[in-house]
Amino acid sequence: MDSRRFKDSFSTISIRLSLIFVNAIAFTIAVILFIKAKPIIAKTTLTHLLFSTSWHPIRGDFGFFPFIIGTLEVTAIAMILAVPVCLLSAIYLSEYAHTRFRAFVRLVVDILAGIPSVIYGLCGVIAIVPLVRILGQSLGSPTTGYSLLAGGIILAIMVAPVIISVALEVFRTIPHAARENSLALGITTWEMIKHVILRSSLHGIIAAIVLGFARAFGETIAVLMVVGNVAKVPRSLFDPAYPLPALIANNYGEMMSIPLYDSALMFSALLLMVVVGGFSLAAHLTLLKIERRGYT
Amino acid sequence: MLISLVLVLIMLAGIIVITVYKGAPAFTLSMLIETPKGGYYLGKEGGIANAIVGSLFLAIGASFCSILIAIPVAFGLQKEYTGWRFASFTKLVLDVLWGTPSIVYGAFGFVIMVYFGLRASLLGGIIVLTLLMLPIMVRSMEEVIRTIPLELKEISYALGTTRIETTIAVVLRQALPGIVTAVLLAFGRGIGDAASILFTAGYTDYIPQSLFDPVASLPLAVFFQIGTPIPEVQERAYASALVLLLIVLFVSVVSRLLSHKFSKNIVR
Repeated sequence: MDSRRFKDSFSTISIRLSLIFVNAIAFTIAVILFIKAKPIIAKTTLTHLLFSTSWHPIRGDFGFFPFIIGTLEVTAIAMILAVPVCLLSAIYLSEYAHTRFRAFVRLVVDILAGIPSVIYGLCGVIAIVPLVRILGQSLGSPTTGYSLLAGGIILAIMVAPVIISVALEVFRTIPHAARENSLALGITTWEMIKHVILRSSLHGIIAAIVLGFARAFGETIAVLMVVGNVAKVPRSLFDPAYPLPALIANNYGEMMSIPLYDSALMFSALLLMVVVGGFSLAAHLTLLKIERRGYT
Repeated sequence: MLISLVLVLIMLAGIIVITVYKGAPAFTLSMLIETPKGGYYLGKEGGIANAIVGSLFLAIGASFCSILIAIPVAFGLQKEYTGWRFASFTKLVLDVLWGTPSIVYGAFGFVIMVYFGLRASLLGGIIVLTLLMLPIMVRSMEEVIRTIPLELKEISYALGTTRIETTIAVVLRQALPGIVTAVLLAFGRGIGDAASILFTAGYTDYIPQSLFDPVASLPLAVFFQIGTPIPEVQERAYASALVLLLIVLFVSVVSRLLSHKFSKNIVR
């Protein structure tokens, strides 16, 4: 009995240690990024860092505004393109589709959610950039195709699986009784969708959107390949942009040679982690609440 | 609404179709088996074996390390090991880690490597990929473990077992297909990720001989090859992308098949 008890205590301690370890990792990442970002926060004020548009690392001038705006804009475009299409698809899958079809589509969506982002980037370069170039030039703006719009389109395709699968999960938590009761009262299917499904799953849908947003915000490689990487605030859909993740990825080589550059890049990493982390946290807390209550 | 769904499906299918269509022409056996000879990126001889082997080394190494940590954590999130508050807190932390962009892991890994004096190497890549894969694995494993009926565990405890005995004999056995799926899911994600290993794994034309050698990887191979102005090299980029896609799809299919196969012993 003693050896069994010893094994149990030993393994329980190791398991608890591993839990602490995982929390410690998260904490360590945040702390270390903060420590490395501190020099640049100490040297220039936070408002200057966030809102200035001049980016001259050699002079020690780091204004992140173009990058922040670029990231926000490309993510916003992706959301605008993806959310309506994905929500409608999820509604169709959940309410109208045959069970087998739904299972098939879920399988397809799951598999496609695993496709590496370089491949999305590659397809973006092959297919989307020329399309955007043709579109932009026919509308009169001199664009190479490497633009906000291209980045937005690629990101939209990338976040589609996230939004669809989370939305489907949320729709699944709505009890069938609610649907059937409302239909028994004589409303049409679309009215049922509008009043019963959408209204009760509003929080869940917002959570799905926020999770998609968080994914799009931090996506690096695919966007990098199609978005043009020019450090200016984009003025139109067809202008190139330079999102934060792309900034970090492109400049790690010069990080160590220019003073404060590494601190600036760590600052962007920290910014990314904080923004994405904050949004993810809010979305997951909401989803947790929905799950626990059964439906909102 | 059906139109939206069809649109989504077309877009996603299009990705696969484009990759296959563009990649197939340059997809030769020699590409898979040879490493690049001199001048490969200028259009001369060779193949991408360095990247294929490198990616496999990275992903398998990272999966191994990640499993070592993920399984105890997933077990530990059950009720018998930790209270509800700490478990919920850990789960939230894991969710945040799950959503963290991979470039943040890359930046963190880079800082750590510089601090310890490591250069861009296989070891650095494995460390960062482990960090990346960990939340994915734990999350999936935890979901599976949660579906195990409480009665099974209670029956086991009623027979006088200790926690760890029940965990291994009952929980692990029941959750095995799910755990395998979780590992393969994380593997698929890890092998395809480029941002995190961009600065930590380096790139090389050779297959690494030790943990401290730089290592090539498929996503970076695609990325670098598409950046050149030479058409033959760009063709190779499509072929490399096809190889990567095939590996990821293969892993996905295998994980589903394995989970069906292992499900024979599960109590539902």
